[in-house]
Amino acid sequence: MKAAPFDYVAPATIEEACSLLAEAGGGAAVLAGGQTLMPLLNLRMSQPFVVVDINKIAELKGVARADGCTRIGPMTRQCEVITDGTLARDLPVLVEAVRHVGHHQTRNRGTVGGSIVLGEPAAELPATAVALGATIKVRSIRGTRLVPATEFYLGPYMNVLDVDELVTDISFPDWPKGHITLFREVAQRPGDFALVGMVGALCVGGGGKIARIGLAWFGMGPTPIRAQAAEQMLLGQALDTIDPEAVAERAITDTAPFDDHHASAEYRRTVGKRIFARMLREALKSREAA
Amino acid sequence: MSKHHIEMTINGRRHASDVEARVSLADFLRDDAGYTGVHVGCEHGVCGACTVIVDGKAVRSCLMLAVQAEGVEVKTVEGLAAPDGTLHPVQQVMLDEHALQCGFCTPGVVMTLAALTSDEKKPSEKQLLAALSGHVCRCTGYQGIRRAAKKLAGLDLGDAS
Repeated sequence: MKAAPFDYVAPATIEEACSLLAEAGGGAAVLAGGQTLMPLLNLRMSQPFVVVDINKIAELKGVARADGCTRIGPMTRQCEVITDGTLARDLPVLVEAVRHVGHHQTRNRGTVGGSIVLGEPAAELPATAVALGATIKVRSIRGTRLVPATEFYLGPYMNVLDVDELVTDISFPDWPKGHITLFREVAQRPGDFALVGMVGALCVGGGGKIARIGLAWFGMGPTPIRAQAAEQMLLGQALDTIDPEAVAERAITDTAPFDDHHASAEYRRTVGKRIFARMLREALKSREAA
Repeated sequence: MSKHHIEMTINGRRHASDVEARVSLADFLRDDAGYTGVHVGCEHGVCGACTVIVDGKAVRSCLMLAVQAEGVEVKTVEGLAAPDGTLHPVQQVMLDEHALQCGFCTPGVVMTLAALTSDEKKPSEKQLLAALSGHVCRCTGYQGIRRAAKKLAGLDLGDAS
């Protein structure tokens, strides 16, 4: 349970980090918060020859607002999201999701970018990025590119990043003031990955109709899954005509859950429908009360 | 297999050493600096026994490289009691509430509670109990630990970092 030997470098700038990754040609591991990489190193499931620690790169930290977006530096710690006043106002869905990531002690070091890049299929933050329509900015010595979160994930722990690329920015588009946070998960213990989960947001426009909606499942397939069938069914619907059970029945058709030693696929589908309907019903009720 | 010279403050004392990149902060604190109150349980961030306070925050010392702790302030369970042996308030409530049996998980639990109750944070009962979810205890059944945490709710215990 001790890591295999490796070299360690801690660049101070994005340029330096990108050069190091290009030089390593796939032999490097990027160390963000370390709350997943460190276990992998300790278990020798990961044996990079160089660890590139990006904790000293100031440009990768912090939260900023620009051009109709909230920009989260990937090295923003999860604990900082919970205490950030502007995020509570502008991006409450992200704050709610982060509260469910790991434990107090791991959120103190774990980062938003680390979780989003890792792409654990049952994790909260990748699904949040997918649901809210986030854009992931990627840098390498070859240039910069923007990847929509919906196109970022290829499978469990697999994403579109090349070995020399580094995520430098995660932008969440603004959602109108007063939008409703949707979040629900079932996990065996607090802090565990979810067996089943759903995250998203909706806003209500004129005539009490749903004007915008973004939803994603987690723990329900090899990647976070955008709940497109449910989104299509709900968009433009008047709130008082929505049948949560019927929408849940449709929503589950987008999922591809599997059996594992925690739960069967059948369990995940059953519970998925249940929590989806309940989440929707409560959101509609909170809207009526408001 | 790079080696690095690092310096940090541990329980108020400067500690400098040369360390291999792959050494975790937990192993460094135990083997190099001699603070064996840092208990190494699972080594993958699940059990919480190795929790220490780094720059005021409770973190897993098995999930941080020693080389990353260059320049930081670390507090381990050895640094909590007063020099005359008077227990830190967190240690005292743990004792009063019989919140330990074998003691393996205890230093981690104590450091989490100490971090949360320091610097005028005055945590709620809910916050303290939620933070305990980051610790695994195999013998108390948790009830004593929960009682201790509840007693600490709303208290400001001064500087633990």
